[in-house]
Amino acid sequence: MAHVAEPAQLSGLQESSRTILDHYQQQVRTRRIYTVVSIVVFLIVLAASLDFANEANSGKFFERLPYFFDFIKSFVPNSPLEIFRAMFDLPSPYADGSIKFDYTSDRVWITDSFYIPNFFYQLAITLNIAIVSTILGSTGAFLLCFFASSNLVGSRAVRWGVRRIMEIMRAFPEIVIAGLLAAILSIGPIAAIIAVSFHTIGALGKLFFEVVENADMRPDEGLRASGASWLERVRFAILPQVLPNFVSYTLLRTEINVRASTIIGAVGGGGIGEVFSLSIGRDHAAKTYAIIILLLVTVICVDQFSAWLRRRLIGRQSFEFGRGAA
Amino acid sequence: MSTLAVNAADRERLLAAYPEVFHRSFMQRWGLAIVAVTVFVYLAFCFSFFNVIPTFVNGNWDRAAIYIQDWYSWRAQPRLRFQNGQVVPQWTSRRQYPEGAAIDWLKPTSNGGYTVLFGGENRLEVTPSQVDVYIDGKLYPVAINGDRASLPAGAPARMEQDDSKVNVRFGFAGQAEIRSNQVYIQRRFLGWANFFFDTHSPFWGRSVTGVAGLVLFGERLDPAQSNASLALDNFLNNGSWQHGDILSKLMQTLVMAFVGTLFATLVAFPLAFVAARNITTSRPMNWGMKRFFDFLRSIDMLIWALFFTRAFGPGPLPGIAAIFFTDTGALGKVYSEALENVDDKQREGVKSVGAAPVIVQRYGVVPQVLPIFISQSLYFWESNTRSATVIGAVGAGGIGLKLLESMKTNADWDKVAYMVLLILLVVFVFDNLSNALRSRVMGKKGH
Repeated sequence: MAHVAEPAQLSGLQESSRTILDHYQQQVRTRRIYTVVSIVVFLIVLAASLDFANEANSGKFFERLPYFFDFIKSFVPNSPLEIFRAMFDLPSPYADGSIKFDYTSDRVWITDSFYIPNFFYQLAITLNIAIVSTILGSTGAFLLCFFASSNLVGSRAVRWGVRRIMEIMRAFPEIVIAGLLAAILSIGPIAAIIAVSFHTIGALGKLFFEVVENADMRPDEGLRASGASWLERVRFAILPQVLPNFVSYTLLRTEINVRASTIIGAVGGGGIGEVFSLSIGRDHAAKTYAIIILLLVTVICVDQFSAWLRRRLIGRQSFEFGRGAA
Repeated sequence: MSTLAVNAADRERLLAAYPEVFHRSFMQRWGLAIVAVTVFVYLAFCFSFFNVIPTFVNGNWDRAAIYIQDWYSWRAQPRLRFQNGQVVPQWTSRRQYPEGAAIDWLKPTSNGGYTVLFGGENRLEVTPSQVDVYIDGKLYPVAINGDRASLPAGAPARMEQDDSKVNVRFGFAGQAEIRSNQVYIQRRFLGWANFFFDTHSPFWGRSVTGVAGLVLFGERLDPAQSNASLALDNFLNNGSWQHGDILSKLMQTLVMAFVGTLFATLVAFPLAFVAARNITTSRPMNWGMKRFFDFLRSIDMLIWALFFTRAFGPGPLPGIAAIFFTDTGALGKVYSEALENVDDKQREGVKSVGAAPVIVQRYGVVPQVLPIFISQSLYFWESNTRSATVIGAVGAGGIGLKLLESMKTNADWDKVAYMVLLILLVVFVFDNLSNALRSRVMGKKGH
């Protein structure tokens, strides 16, 4: 980097070397000025953003900070066991008739004597939303992606159209789809499934067609030479190459969709997200902790399982870098 | 293709030469079918678990058409009330016309009634005793006697008797409900009503050139300020579209994503050096830091968002905090993986000239990983611009909350469409911006 020579060394230099050194130092100085200027601009933007955020917030940061710690202090369950009672819908010794300590009435009875604790049931709904929408979304993306890749589709218009459709599906806010469907179909998991699937098609479609575009075209050439149709070429030349990557991306998407369906749930799609948003909004400490623990365990299990499956399917190739693009 | 002719000897030879093609394991042969059947059975289970059919059957499909039409068109909904033998138009609070404005499709007649034009040969002549419905130029008089409006004989299918009222449908152009005491009109037009100026603005109802002429050359409408600033003020404070509010909410969402990602980057950067095994030699430190990242990452963004919304109240601050906490974990993990993959030669080179440990990292490691770090942060920034909308809807404020509020009224779908367009625009701009930055940082090959 900027390595400014000592004056003692300078004296021994030839004229031409001195010129080079001067130019180099000139460049270093220019670069430093640019760096300083961009850092200053950056800091100004940051300060302005923070000020704007603080102004726009309903509670100001420094005003609310003491309340924040009060809130954490007040958010302690009566006893650690309460968390497990809330989790498994067991009766609480603190029951005073309020819903805060009423864990038992939410039980989901399967038979007359066997029940599933409510939070587990809600978690199952959320997980099913995530899995179903991953299946639907990846199927859609699979069908679309071949039409977006330049090595399989010659028509520029088709490619352009399919890519734009994917982009819009990817960027379209999920909550709007969920909200519109909730208005039509009434609030529930189906709105969440359709919203998450819609987004999944766009997000996976992009990753899929990039994989297809990077496929080795020699098998395709061979099949083309022997007179195979377009479908046969895709099936026997492209598909075997890209399938492992497709599966890997789909598994990664499952992880993301578990989180997405939790969030959509909180906005009104049902499932654990909705229960969580209600319990934290009403200051039900034990219930909230029970759900946080359940969610944490679920997310870790899903992540680990999908990582294990990916390793088994395609070796130790890392696809973590694709996360942001999804 | 002609069929292949293979004799017995060839067959044997091929079988012997390529055993892996002809003797595949059970999973290789049936794996795909098993997976397909499992997926199908699972979907069928979910189909009944989520009550798909009853939900779709009970859906409000008639309202769905209206909601979707509201995205790109607007409807005026006057009620023509019969009062003392006169017809008096009455508007709801969402009226799109100022008091006393002349409306070209709703005209008073000389006998105290009103004419409602539905385009083409379709119109209504409303008087308190009779409503003349013209469909494709043909007259169908609806008589109003006592507390009942009655359908004339031979009326087309577009008109129908519904209890004591008569409904007339004109397709996209609108519909009318003829009752004994009023006619409820819905008249639909393509486009968004009063998008630029609301009815209180002096610029209302003027053409583009008219407004431009006023702004550039016209007399001051308000002596206190120039016409340009008045126009801007009227635009931003447009009562029915709330441009100012929506743009400020959009800004909040962008700030959430920007500041959240930036802070996460700044915090994850040093922590990743602690977590990387080849840089910090203490195993407990590596392990602890990595589990810390996992913890931050695994708690859903939703949980962080709701938690901080409870603490700081709705607004961008909980959004920033939620993105910051989740992404510190995620970026820390990605960064430490990148650090563990660095080329050791550069570090050794710097070390061999006797540099201090910090200088070794600065000149031996950072130049290698910085492009990856920046590229990853840009990816996260891009994706957070999208997730900040959803986080906002949960309670963190910004455009997400505004969207949710507009959708809950079930009457503001045009405003929803407007916000969706803004979001799509912003997402595209930021995608391209971050792509451009990334390819500059990473060199030509991109990432």
